[in-house]
Amino acid sequence: MSEHSYVETAEEARRNPEYVRALQELLFQAADDDYILAYRGAEWLGLAPHIEEDVAFSSMSQDMMGHAAMLYEMLEELGAGKADDLAHMRSPDAFRNAIIIERPNGTGDYADQPHYDWAYAIARYSLYGVFKQIRLEALAYSTYVPLAQAAGKMQREHHYHVRYWHMWFKRLASSTDDARARLNAALEQVWSDIGELFLLGRASASIVGFGLIAGEDDISQRWMNATRNMFASNGIDWPGDWGVPVQKGREGQHTDDLAQAVSTLSEVYRLDPAASW
Amino acid sequence: MVHDTPVLQEELIWQLLQEVKDPEIPVISMIEMGMIHKATAENGVVAVEVLPTFVGCPALDIMKNSINEKLRPVAGVREVQVSFVLQPAWTSDRISDEGREKLRSFGIVPPPRGCQPGDPWEVRCPYCDSPYTRLDNLFGPAACRSILYCKQCKNPFEALKSI
Repeated sequence: MSEHSYVETAEEARRNPEYVRALQELLFQAADDDYILAYRGAEWLGLAPHIEEDVAFSSMSQDMMGHAAMLYEMLEELGAGKADDLAHMRSPDAFRNAIIIERPNGTGDYADQPHYDWAYAIARYSLYGVFKQIRLEALAYSTYVPLAQAAGKMQREHHYHVRYWHMWFKRLASSTDDARARLNAALEQVWSDIGELFLLGRASASIVGFGLIAGEDDISQRWMNATRNMFASNGIDWPGDWGVPVQKGREGQHTDDLAQAVSTLSEVYRLDPAASW
Repeated sequence: MVHDTPVLQEELIWQLLQEVKDPEIPVISMIEMGMIHKATAENGVVAVEVLPTFVGCPALDIMKNSINEKLRPVAGVREVQVSFVLQPAWTSDRISDEGREKLRSFGIVPPPRGCQPGDPWEVRCPYCDSPYTRLDNLFGPAACRSILYCKQCKNPFEALKSI
């Protein structure tokens, strides 16, 4: 990225409104992905197959929520609004997460008849884990220096998430016929959404043009190489071309599942946004 | 006691910071954890730069408040500014030798120095020093710790993740 000039601080970034616009779009994508998926992980509390899995998902959700909070704070410095408000007060059409992130854990509600699908959780988190790893590696070269630094920090924590998810991926793939069949069914479900994860939304050209992150094709190619290896080493057939959902999450189009998630997540905050915690 | 020269005040600030403990591991101070990057005092304004361990650790805000409470009453201090910085990144290598001993005495094995995430890591039991241990859960009661079990003395124990 030597043709780009580096931007060291939020103040410096704010001198170029186009740069800030592109940067904000990218930050919302990364922050919202982690924020909503952390919530989906938290919904597993008390429902995971074993207490150790409860502990693990709680810890990972806490880390991911922390990553999202750090990115929302970065957005606050860039003039997007207060970090807490960005998390709790935005309407669903302001969210930039991919649709696969907001999909529910299964049918039912965590508090009422939850029929959650563990295989879907492992398939979704494993493949998101590969993607996040690649996104963080790419962000480490971002022209926005505070983001490059944050990416390095997140990578060291993310490593443990990937290790955990892949351990479970292997476990399901090499276990009973039932476990394998469930994993394959879950992968099929994930596959119909996964293509959207690599997209950078409407500001894609300027995001890449400003050297904030590598382009969509580059990221998806790297993801495909890593995922092919993972599938091959676990004896999983490559499912072929992936799909994209009808809604464009990266452009603010979402399903009702997101609206519901945000309303549950921010219920307490919205009661009194001025309360101090 | 009035410390009007800035040098003297900084010395006192470091002494006081030594008393600010990690709320989840109360035997170890933030200094021993390697979390204090800089502490400066100028015209009554004390600025402390803290390196966060795990980004989402809920103890960070508690530590921030504890620093404030500890330094605010010092004579001559008008304001305490605590900020979190990401450069240099905190890594588990920053924990001091003293800090490592204290962690062990608390039943938490510190990661070896120079250990990168993903490196094989032989963990000895903090109670009986046996190498016959197994990892039960990569995650534990806090984001920074894993749960292990000693097959020799049959005690569960914790280890701090290497990051």
